[in-house]
Amino acid sequence: MKAPTSLIVGGVISGVVLTAAACSLVWTPYDVKLLDVAQKLRPPSLAHWLGVDHFGRDILSMLMLGAQTSIAVALLAVGVGVAAGAPLGLWAAARRGGVADELIMRGNDLVFAFPSLVIAILITAVFGPGAINAIIAIGIFNIPVFARLSRGAALTLWRRDFILAARVAGKSSFRISWEHILPNILNLLIVQGTIQFSLGVLAEAALSYIGLGAQPPTASWGRMLADAQTLVSLAPHVALAPGLTIVLTVLGLNLLGDGLRDLLDPRLKAARG
Amino acid sequence: MTLLTVEKLCVSIGGASILDQVSFDVAPGEILGLIGESGSGKSVTALSIMGLPPQGAKTKGSIKLAGEDILTARERRLCQLRGQAMGMVFQEPMTALNPLLPIGAQVAETILVHERVSKAEALERASQTLARVGLPPATFPLSRYPHELSGGQRQRVGIAIAIAMRPKLLIADEPTTALDVTTQAQVLDLLKGLVDELQMGMVMITHDLAVISTMAKRLAVMQSGRIVETAATEELLRKRRHPYSEALFAASTHKVELPPPPAAQRTLLEARDVLCAYPLPRQGMLTPRRALRAVDGVTFTLARGERLGLVGESGCGKSTLSRALLGLEPLQSGSIMLNGAPVRPNAADTQWRRTIQAVFQDPYGGFNPRWRVRSLISEPFHLLEEPPSGAAREDAVVDALTAVGLCAADADKYIHEFSGGQRQRIAIARALIIQPELILFDEAVSALDVSVRAQILDLLAELCRKRALSYLFISHDLAVVRSVTDRVMVMQAGKIVEQGATEQVFSAPQHECTRNLLASAPKLQIKNSAFQ
Repeated sequence: MKAPTSLIVGGVISGVVLTAAACSLVWTPYDVKLLDVAQKLRPPSLAHWLGVDHFGRDILSMLMLGAQTSIAVALLAVGVGVAAGAPLGLWAAARRGGVADELIMRGNDLVFAFPSLVIAILITAVFGPGAINAIIAIGIFNIPVFARLSRGAALTLWRRDFILAARVAGKSSFRISWEHILPNILNLLIVQGTIQFSLGVLAEAALSYIGLGAQPPTASWGRMLADAQTLVSLAPHVALAPGLTIVLTVLGLNLLGDGLRDLLDPRLKAARG
Repeated sequence: MTLLTVEKLCVSIGGASILDQVSFDVAPGEILGLIGESGSGKSVTALSIMGLPPQGAKTKGSIKLAGEDILTARERRLCQLRGQAMGMVFQEPMTALNPLLPIGAQVAETILVHERVSKAEALERASQTLARVGLPPATFPLSRYPHELSGGQRQRVGIAIAIAMRPKLLIADEPTTALDVTTQAQVLDLLKGLVDELQMGMVMITHDLAVISTMAKRLAVMQSGRIVETAATEELLRKRRHPYSEALFAASTHKVELPPPPAAQRTLLEARDVLCAYPLPRQGMLTPRRALRAVDGVTFTLARGERLGLVGESGCGKSTLSRALLGLEPLQSGSIMLNGAPVRPNAADTQWRRTIQAVFQDPYGGFNPRWRVRSLISEPFHLLEEPPSGAAREDAVVDALTAVGLCAADADKYIHEFSGGQRQRIAIARALIIQPELILFDEAVSALDVSVRAQILDLLAELCRKRALSYLFISHDLAVVRSVTDRVMVMQAGKIVEQGATEQVFSAPQHECTRNLLASAPKLQIKNSAFQ
């Protein structure tokens, strides 16, 4: 079977970002704690591929460290969403039409109805800015996405004969959800997870940009963008580098998500022939 | 003069041959029956005639409709021909109609596409067409929506759409497969009348020999993309030249030999005044909710070793009753006792569940696609307090698989590696594995091809010979129920209207409903087989 083009392109971009983040754990081209003020605002050169920022730090090294933050925050936020949302959705589907279903889904609607940035500001205002609070703020808004998705997919599965057979075998709805439903909706969760992951990267950048995400000295793409905005006319590369990185990463993750859906969705498989 | 000539039609997708040298012709006013089992290429043939071969398919040969080649015609010309010169009736009346449009508009649409007429005129002609197919505007106004009609009425609308432009050719792809026997008889009559009246040529595609033998003058038998035999129906009923046609006819009239029922034994299942009702939507704000009594006061018993049948039209409450017997449906009143224990919809209550297992209709949706056969068929072990483990469990799996005619190596496969018939065998293995006292077959062979169905029914008879098997066999197919049960119950509108020994009920039906069912069921009468 031929892999869809979007999967390859998205996979390569995501792979590069992931490798950069992993690499920065042990090595970066320059140490960003050493401020080489003599070099500040140098445009890209052979020594500094993406140039130097206003503190004299190597921008490529900063981006690599920032990838760590972005990936960690987005991944944990998706984790929060899946870990809380999928069980809620499965529970709602198991009690379809019942009180639990109604409560869970209306609770979801409530979360959906809140503007996410306002809540994020609220959380950071109460608990103080930081990466952990950003994860919680983004994670909360992932919960209803996964709850709805799992409930919808689970509802169609509950009508299938093999679920009927499992009920005839005396299995509780909890066990049926765990053994039969979850494995069959996993592909949907993976695809949605990839897409939520890219939204998480974007949200982290946005929160850091307004100063509510990761705090210095932790490197963050959004922070770099915020720091660079006054220098746009003076040294555009300082703003362009993190900006383009965010765009490319989100694009890559979205393509990966689309590609995975094409690969995993049997209906689209049939259409591809 | 012939109307449709298909000559050496070959269709292939990605190198795989779907149709191979298919040739036949249809004269005006003639009904040609295209018969064969699933996957034999019947539907691809029909769609190719409509100029709608599957995407990416390569076609060879020729399809000539009144001298015009469909395969080489441009899409614009084909759009003119479809609906105007040829119409098509589909199998599933549920999905063939647009649920958002009233029936009048759907029939008028065909007319508006092909002729420059005013909307009012198109609607007027639509109402005439609907009246012709048995939906007079007085009782079925044009403003009705598909969901307000029954399956048979929807299929009539589908036929009205197909014949609105009085096409020369009508293609009917399994037009009555989704319908009840009584409705089926009416729709078949309608189609036959229309062919006579409009002098249309008709290609009727079906897997049901009994249905087609009453309709078509000529039959073409298809097997894996080839037409293996074409002959007049009369002739084919007398003598079949190709072994596949012979096998198909033999399977259609297959009789299983059940061992004699054991002497009267103690009662295994007892249902008393079972009532299952669903609340209907309120008519007004303050009117009390009315309830649909899906199962309305059903009382019967099933003795150990007995093979009981349950027949009735769709919507009569068969499925609800079967779900109630499995403890999946709460009872409003009445009681069901299984082996002396009350059946209740409580999953934790495994005592009585151990005595009953079920085989469901759909061989494709009946298994978790991500489990291996071993886990699938050993799922009912969940009901045992001490399920066998290790070698004992493996032995039980192998025993169950061999009992249904599969082999031990199949335990490691996934369900998609099996055909429909094999899947139904696996479903039976799953029901047998904990050796329940009662098995419930809910339309267990309805989705299978005739030859596979014959094998499964034989398997059932064999199992009856080997072990004391009691079962309740629920089906809408009278012939099947007749061959595999000792006693039968007839259900209508939630009530059991007649019950008795199978042969007696079928040969001397007492109730109106039973008589209707029997009279409508198409019968295949093979006159004299060369092989018998």
